[in-house]
Amino acid sequence: MDFQSCVTITKEWDIVGARQLGRDIAKKIGFGTVDQARIATAISELARNIYLYAGTGKICFETMDNLNSKGLRIIAIDNGPGIQDLTQVMTDGFSTSGGLGAGLPGVRRLMDEFDVHSQEGEGTEINVVKWLR
Amino acid sequence: MRIPILKLHNYLLISIQMDLDDQTAIQFQEDLLRKIHESGATGVVIDLTSVDIIDSFIAKVLGEVVSMSSLMGAKVVLTGIQPAVAMTLIDLGIHLQDVPTALDLEQGLIKLRQELED
Repeated sequence: MDFQSCVTITKEWDIVGARQLGRDIAKKIGFGTVDQARIATAISELARNIYLYAGTGKICFETMDNLNSKGLRIIAIDNGPGIQDLTQVMTDGFSTSGGLGAGLPGVRRLMDEFDVHSQEGEGTEINVVKWLR
Repeated sequence: MRIPILKLHNYLLISIQMDLDDQTAIQFQEDLLRKIHESGATGVVIDLTSVDIIDSFIAKVLGEVVSMSSLMGAKVVLTGIQPAVAMTLIDLGIHLQDVPTALDLEQGLIKLRQELED
């Protein structure tokens, strides 16, 4: 871990702020335009989930620079109601908010690593990584 | 923020040149439908050349605007979707299959004219 910065999500506009910052960081690491778009889109989905389901939370960025690989880790944390059924939310087309149900399964496809921890009544932490190829 | 909607003969032209937040997208949906109603436009081109991210929410709003306009009798074509955006949408699992698209504004206008003349 080299660098960490966080964006607080409290209002709808913060979704745009988070993805713009994420894109800037991705660009600095050296990601190409397609991966920049993938990363920005994943951040948008994660930030919107925080805004819609938890109300407030934060998105944190860590640039990873090991000997043989560089990448970007994004952590979305909230203290919302948590996810009741993880299998359900990871299913394409499932949504409780009238959305397309593309959010989390989409984020998993956009990124290289995907990890979710959720405790009902306590909150959710989603940890994703994109490696520079 | 409002997205400008231009009228050209019986077409409406929109070029989205900002990073769309949810509120702006919904406002645009309303503005476009009102403008179709007021102007009696039969064709609409929404150009996305300058849009470098479409997430699931924006995709939903765009898909809906096509269906809503169609209910009102106006045909919508989305143009200029960037390669990176197309790849990201498919990764997300969003195919926008019933949405007419064209490479650029020019092709979009040609497509509209063909479809409206049929």
